[in-house]
Amino acid sequence: MNPESNPILTLAWTFGLMSLFAVGGANSAIPEMHRIAVDAHHWLSDKQFADVFAISQLSPGPNVLIVTLIGYTVGGIGGALVATLAMCVPTAALAYFVSGFLKRSSHARWPSIVQAALVPLSIGLMAASGLILALTSDRTWGAALVTAVAAVLASLTRLNPLWLLLAGGILGFAGVI
Amino acid sequence: MSLAGFGGVLVFARRGIVEQHRWMTAEEFNETFALCHFLPGPNIVNLTVVFGSRFRGMAGGIAAFTGLLGPPTVIMVILGMLYRHFGEVESLRRILAGVSCGAVGLLISVIFRMTMPLVKKRDLVGLTVLAAVFVAIGIARLPLAWVLLVAIPVSIAITVLVRRRAAP
Repeated sequence: MNPESNPILTLAWTFGLMSLFAVGGANSAIPEMHRIAVDAHHWLSDKQFADVFAISQLSPGPNVLIVTLIGYTVGGIGGALVATLAMCVPTAALAYFVSGFLKRSSHARWPSIVQAALVPLSIGLMAASGLILALTSDRTWGAALVTAVAAVLASLTRLNPLWLLLAGGILGFAGVI
Repeated sequence: MSLAGFGGVLVFARRGIVEQHRWMTAEEFNETFALCHFLPGPNIVNLTVVFGSRFRGMAGGIAAFTGLLGPPTVIMVILGMLYRHFGEVESLRRILAGVSCGAVGLLISVIFRMTMPLVKKRDLVGLTVLAAVFVAIGIARLPLAWVLLVAIPVSIAITVLVRRRAAP
């Protein structure tokens, strides 16, 4: 079957593959999700992507569940389940086997080198996520200001992030953005 | 536990596993976390599976995986349904726009906090890799897989070289 004609298969394939490339966690994979969901397949509009990101940050649970929402938009409940499992099962299986392997042998040096090499890479990916999400959500000066203030507050204080999200929501409701 | 973690489960996972139930010592937890951080994919999912499997093998891993992802996935699907029905309501649109502005700000602060150690160490190699990946993905919008296939070997090779030079 041609995967282009069946969005659920495309979901399984793209997120399954992405899961193995998501170095540094869910937030590093945002640009790739945006490229696939908005630019390549037109599953979501730019605006919907920003909304889906907001919902996934607001709700409890791992942030990776943004894929559940993308999957739901594409293919309903089935799409949501397929996207979630495709994103989480391959890396979980990998973690299971690698952890078992490392327990049996002591290759203590390699993980530390690989980790040191991957840290700047994953920060670069997250910075790209920040740029793409800023371009999709900050369409007005008010919006950009809210983002800037939230960034400064979160960097300089130990405020619970949830308060900043709620404050953003209230400002949005008040029509500042 | 999966439902407690607004904006990330890790803090709660640590509190529950290390402090309340004493299933792992702090060192074991850090070791497991470091391992899961260098593997691809969502760290917390990896951590949960490794943790579960240390106890009861594969069954433990699967149980932990289901426990972590089951409840929030259900909530997400419900939110997805609500969004589909009410996503075009004007006031909700505005609230979500505000929340996503705040969320982007949070993300920027995380990036800032993670970059500062590199700047302090004057890690020019790391900062160059960071900038190159940022430009390739964020500005040129190249596919992730290709960028990583080039960037990971290059970055590892440079790290090995630098370490050899530092400790001859």
